Amino acid sequence: MEFRRKDLLGVADLEPEEIQLILDTAASFKEISTRPIKKVPTLRGKTVVTMFYEPSTRTRMSFEIAAKRLSADTLNLTVSASSAVKGETLADTAHNLEAMAPDVLVIRHYASGAPHYLARRLKCGVVNAGDGLHEHPTQALLDLLTVWLEKRKNDKEPVRETLTGLKVAIVGDIAHSRVARSDIQAFTKMGSQVTVAGPATMLPPYLETLGAKVTTSLVEAVRDADVIMMLRLQLERMGQMFMSTIREYSQFFGLAPRHLNLAKDDVIIMHPGPLNRGVEISPEVADGPHSLILEQVANGVAVRMAVLYFLIGGEKG
Amino acid sequence: MSLLIKGGLVVDPSTHLEDPLDLLVEKGKIAALEPPGSIPEEGRRVIAATGLVVTPGLIDMHVHLREPGEEYKETICTGTRAAVRGGFTAVACMPNTKPVNDTAAVTRLILDQARAAGSARVYPVGAVSMGSKGETLSEYGDLKAAGVVALSDNGRPVSNSMLMRRALEYAKTFDLPIISHCEDLQLSADGVMHEGQVSLKLGLKGVPGAAEEVMVYRDLTLAALTGARLHIAHVSTAGSVAIIRLAKAMGMAVTAETAPHYFSLTDAAVLGYNTHAKVNPPLRTEMDVRSIKEALRDGTLDAVACDHAPHSSLEKELEFNAAAFGLIGLETSLGLTLKLVHDGTLNLIQAIERLSTGPARVLGVAGGALGVGSPADITLIDLNREWTVDVGTFASKSRNCPFDGWTLKGKAVMTIVGGKVVWEEESRG
Repeated sequence: MEFRRKDLLGVADLEPEEIQLILDTAASFKEISTRPIKKVPTLRGKTVVTMFYEPSTRTRMSFEIAAKRLSADTLNLTVSASSAVKGETLADTAHNLEAMAPDVLVIRHYASGAPHYLARRLKCGVVNAGDGLHEHPTQALLDLLTVWLEKRKNDKEPVRETLTGLKVAIVGDIAHSRVARSDIQAFTKMGSQVTVAGPATMLPPYLETLGAKVTTSLVEAVRDADVIMMLRLQLERMGQMFMSTIREYSQFFGLAPRHLNLAKDDVIIMHPGPLNRGVEISPEVADGPHSLILEQVANGVAVRMAVLYFLIGGEKG
Repeated sequence: MSLLIKGGLVVDPSTHLEDPLDLLVEKGKIAALEPPGSIPEEGRRVIAATGLVVTPGLIDMHVHLREPGEEYKETICTGTRAAVRGGFTAVACMPNTKPVNDTAAVTRLILDQARAAGSARVYPVGAVSMGSKGETLSEYGDLKAAGVVALSDNGRPVSNSMLMRRALEYAKTFDLPIISHCEDLQLSADGVMHEGQVSLKLGLKGVPGAAEEVMVYRDLTLAALTGARLHIAHVSTAGSVAIIRLAKAMGMAVTAETAPHYFSLTDAAVLGYNTHAKVNPPLRTEMDVRSIKEALRDGTLDAVACDHAPHSSLEKELEFNAAAFGLIGLETSLGLTLKLVHDGTLNLIQAIERLSTGPARVLGVAGGALGVGSPADITLIDLNREWTVDVGTFASKSRNCPFDGWTLKGKAVMTIVGGKVVWEEESRG
């Protein structure tokens, strides 16, 4: 199996074998971050540009650290939405950047499909670091890596074998979550049974066509779950009529210690961050023994190292 | 000079005529319709129509010509050339120009430009409210005197139900129909495509069919209340079809149109974030397409109107959310409608009815018939010609057409307006 893509745009178009390849590589790259000198020369002389049209700390830093651990040069461009509206088009901005010959462009954009738009127009590789409500593929890959490394019986067990049959609950504002869209597809592809839960206002129609079970009950979703993924509630949703009060939301859709008794004994708790403590997740759960939230962040660096490696340094022909 | 159109199959839905006849045009009017070979050729331009269908000139009752104000997208000249190239002898142009066609002065400017262009007839549609702002009624009497044939706040639908009621009543005073773009703006909100399986997958905000249907229902009840002439624009959903069918069964005088893209494409055309498939109302599902076709067949829908909406690359070569709504259709509308004849959905008389006689009736304008004494607005169609859509050859200034590269069967080969050949296929020369 070789990885021959120019771009990483979404989980939707990834084959399970490609996911295995990325995760194998990510798992081996994890070790680099534990060395006293956290750097290998793999991507020396390569340039990674990150272009963020939406605020982000964790994802951008994660890509930057990933690139630096592989010795690539990095350049960060933060564009506020308003200046982009006034100024040049996305295509012009990207063509200007491309004229400086980067090897890969990592983009986060508020418009779904913006990375696809760039990928069609640019010769360099494009990585989707989150587009609108559409996808966040590296988040889904790091989530898979986290579950795989935690649940696998031995070093040799392939991802699909570990994940097949696992019950994964994804809870919260599914409608506005690109993480949910990517995770549903990623876990389903690797054989897990995904249940999504949230108030009906936040469950878009036709979710079941992505292969997920849909419920409006948190209790039902977490029963016998092997993995519980809580999504961040965007607090402005209240004013947009998606919910009543934050108080009521946390009462019905916030994960509390009592819910863990319903899940499998070895359930793992995940969250893509940043947390609203006390809203979608109680501090006891977020900081408790089942939580792998910080492990997700560490795995994020490894996954992004693997993605950059395959797009610019890897086994491409 | 008089024209003798010889050897064609004359199709006139207004009289259910479908016979081989020769047709004589004199002084801009139809002078005679006689059995083949019985009209002498001497001193006349003879147009050989053997193997062709001769129909009343096609009328597209819903187009955007962009002039005045956005001439870089289209002008009345290029838009009417696109019309005659597509077989249309007349178009009704929507008032959302810059400035909005809410006063007689703008109407007169449009008509002057149309006369100067000298191809298709142009019927201006005036604005329901001043500036289409949904606040005060525009001057319907004055607009009508200047040449407006209908009223619409197309693209900026009337949200205020009281204003809609008053508009219907005031339009009734001047016997003008109101063409309603049915969209509940709160329900459609930031939506950029149909709300369904595809929008979920692409992470694009959706517009549910209900955003159209609640307004179709509102406008129908207001039309019943006021007894005014109501025409529903660009019907896109099975639900709207069902409501309109019911209203017609109850004897209401409502009329309605759909566009070729609503029976030719589904929301799947958006996959890949294709901005040429971004249109308002959005492309719907297979079920809606089936329902629209059935409604064209049973007459629930009176007209096919393409909602020709030219945009340049400045509006379309963008991220999907940022791109403008709309696609152009004047040069593909006939070919796409004839697909419904070839697949057995419509017979030829029904197809020409929806493209000509129906819209003439809705707007109350001349045309849509080939009777002796009618204006000689005539389209010659080669039903079996296979051709490939190539936006590069379009007469329109814009290229935002999702049908580029499609193979269609059936094409206009000559278009005659007021007895004058305004367009003919080069190969005919």
